Amino acid sequence: MDSINSYLFISSMLFCLGLFGVITRRNAIAVLMGVELILNAANINFVAFSKFNGMNIDGHIFSLMVIVLAAAEAAVALAIIINIYNNMNTINIDDAAELKR
Amino acid sequence: MADLVFWIIAAVTIMSAAFVVLNNQLIYSAVALLFTLFGVAGLYVFLWADFIAGIQILVYVGGILVLVIFGIMLTNKIKSVRISHKSMQQGVGGVVTFWFFIFLFIALTKAPWAFSDAVEPVGTVREIGVLLLTDFLLPFEIISLLLLGALIGAAVLSRGES
Repeated sequence: MDSINSYLFISSMLFCLGLFGVITRRNAIAVLMGVELILNAANINFVAFSKFNGMNIDGHIFSLMVIVLAAAEAAVALAIIINIYNNMNTINIDDAAELKR
Repeated sequence: MADLVFWIIAAVTIMSAAFVVLNNQLIYSAVALLFTLFGVAGLYVFLWADFIAGIQILVYVGGILVLVIFGIMLTNKIKSVRISHKSMQQGVGGVVTFWFFIFLFIALTKAPWAFSDAVEPVGTVREIGVLLLTDFLLPFEIISLLLLGALIGAAVLSRGES
């Protein structure tokens, strides 16, 4: 826990799991969960590098921005997903390939 | 002792993240995501980032996860058990992400990271507040505008046609 490699290992693992979720899931909400995992992995990296470079707080600011972006993204994405569900009665992202029907 | 707690938190984070992407019941995935987010908050505590850990729990667990569960509830008919959904092409995706992980692992073990030691701060809230209102004032204002835009956009999108 006192070396940066363990944190980078955990975050790369989280990133790969999130990537796997994004490219294999067919449900739009599950894809959104994969994106959240990827953003969390990036955040761990920001905070870890911030600690191991002499407790430079800039990394914390970056991860705050990422958290805010994730919140905005989740709100808009869920609004879009619910709209797609109301219009097409499915949230399978393969069926929702058209913008209009 | 601290080492043991750290690796337990790391194991909980990774295993629940695997559960999130591998489970076929969407609502179970959402519950597993709860443990992943708490685990990441625990890692922030180990990284001396107390404020970020609190924000992680407030925003992710209290906001985003609740939104996701609302989304699951609103887009599935509970009675007809269509919460279940399959993943496709797990073989190809697994191979690609496995090799990508190997690549990342080699990169992070081989890279000569530049370290500098630091003493543990009493708290980071004060420094973050000062930085947000001095060096990072413009990004701070821009992100507040973006939040406003996302709020209006989500409201307009989900209101429907009338």
